[in-house]
Amino acid sequence: MTTPRPLSPHLQIYKPQLTSVMSILHRATGIFLSLGTLVLVYWLMAAAAGPEAYQQAQSLLASWFGLLLLLGWSISLFYHLCNGIRHLFWDAGLGLDINTVYSTGKFVWLATFILTALAWLLAFTMKGAG
Amino acid sequence: MNLMRTPLSQVRGLGSAREGTNRFIAQRLSAIALVPLILWFVASIIFFITRADYDALVAWIRLPWNTELFILLILLLFYHAHAGLQEVLEDYIHNEITKAIVMATMKFFVIAITIASVLAILRIALGG
Repeated sequence: MTTPRPLSPHLQIYKPQLTSVMSILHRATGIFLSLGTLVLVYWLMAAAAGPEAYQQAQSLLASWFGLLLLLGWSISLFYHLCNGIRHLFWDAGLGLDINTVYSTGKFVWLATFILTALAWLLAFTMKGAG
Repeated sequence: MNLMRTPLSQVRGLGSAREGTNRFIAQRLSAIALVPLILWFVASIIFFITRADYDALVAWIRLPWNTELFILLILLLFYHAHAGLQEVLEDYIHNEITKAIVMATMKFFVIAITIASVLAILRIALGG
């Protein structure tokens, strides 16, 4: 038997803040990236199966839907990477005061945007050069 | 005995097993190791994989350090994903039976696809 106990106000009560939104996004991108590993597994198994299966996997990933998913996964990856490093600093006890939390948070947004843009720019330049 | 726990929670056996710190450290270590590995993988995709044909890709995976790094990436990636997903499931599934079933399914599935991935890499790296 569980007795209903009073609960503290939950997420929907509070105004979204940079800190809470970034925390939620860290989890959301983590879950989304976990789903993305399935594509990595599929791609590896296709490569192991032979040239035809690999070609099929490559053209699936190069379709507009494949590219859209890859864009989503690259944004998520760079966000989770940058924000994850922010979390590692917190775990070491660094950067925990509110001003630093906000400035590193904004830096993570910027770094995510720059890294994603750079990755896609380079990928298309390289593909064109190849 | 931990006196902070109620008799009921002691009987149910829920709560701290005094092993949490190991998991906390392992999750952080996998995160740290994944930073260079994921950068290596992203750079490989950008500078090589996007423009490689099948034979070039196979030759690339067969280079010993690439085989090694790829397997390391897979093992750490799935360890890290599993640790993160477990945290989410622990936080949001409140029914103990449902939680146990979903958690076990997730773990079995992650182990299965980890082995499938490593086997695929080895088939490419060692296969004829």
